[in-house]
Amino acid sequence: MPAPTQALKLVLRTSDDVVRMRQTLRQVTVDRGFSLVDQTKLITAASELARNTIDYGRGGEVHIEAVEQGMRRGVRLTFIDQGPGIPDIETALRDGFTSGKGLGLGLGGAKRLSNEFHIESTVGHGTRVQITRWK
Amino acid sequence: MERIPILKMGRFLLVTIQVDMHDQLVMTLQDDLTQSIVKHRVRGVLIDISSLDMVDSFIGRMIANISGMARVLDAATVVVGMQPAVAITLVELGLTLEGVRTALSVEKGMALLEQSAG
Repeated sequence: MPAPTQALKLVLRTSDDVVRMRQTLRQVTVDRGFSLVDQTKLITAASELARNTIDYGRGGEVHIEAVEQGMRRGVRLTFIDQGPGIPDIETALRDGFTSGKGLGLGLGGAKRLSNEFHIESTVGHGTRVQITRWK
Repeated sequence: MERIPILKMGRFLLVTIQVDMHDQLVMTLQDDLTQSIVKHRVRGVLIDISSLDMVDSFIGRMIANISGMARVLDAATVVVGMQPAVAITLVELGLTLEGVRTALSVEKGMALLEQSAG
């Protein structure tokens, strides 16, 4: 599959959507030439964020883009939801913090597993998390 | 209703996890395992994750829950077949799976359980 020239947009509402996202990401990262470890890190980070989108964000979508920076090639994922938003991002990033039944590793974990991590959230409007993994 | 098969191997149970487990399947597995541990007076549970090319905190929580329930029922848990890329990622993710031992294969996992079951 050639590198997507525009972002691939996938809906995230059910566990089946997460499965579909993982399979798509596996394909994209293999085609991008990522090592197995880097593939696994990106897919795991994506799995965490996708679950957050569904469990807390009330469903949303993920945009998958192939990116370039000079000689570097990478994959950028943007998770968007129009859910309740995160009131305190710093607390949410702390390991062990969970407002649900999780382990509280999702956001912090996704950040650690990625080369770049950006998050924006507005209470009552939604959340946008973007991660990038470079080859 | 679909179920993950639980194999009885002597005094132990073997469960093979595939990654595409949705929430209901996880709940069913945890229930089935608890019942099996009690019914067969099992001393150990082997969780085979050799087919998982990814373990996230959702799966990690399931393993931790299974291990916790088994411990309450006086059974040990060993996770077998963790792929190297998964191991590296788990460390970076910060998922420690405390109280859960690992082994490279089902055979080695059973040997570990035999030792601790006495």
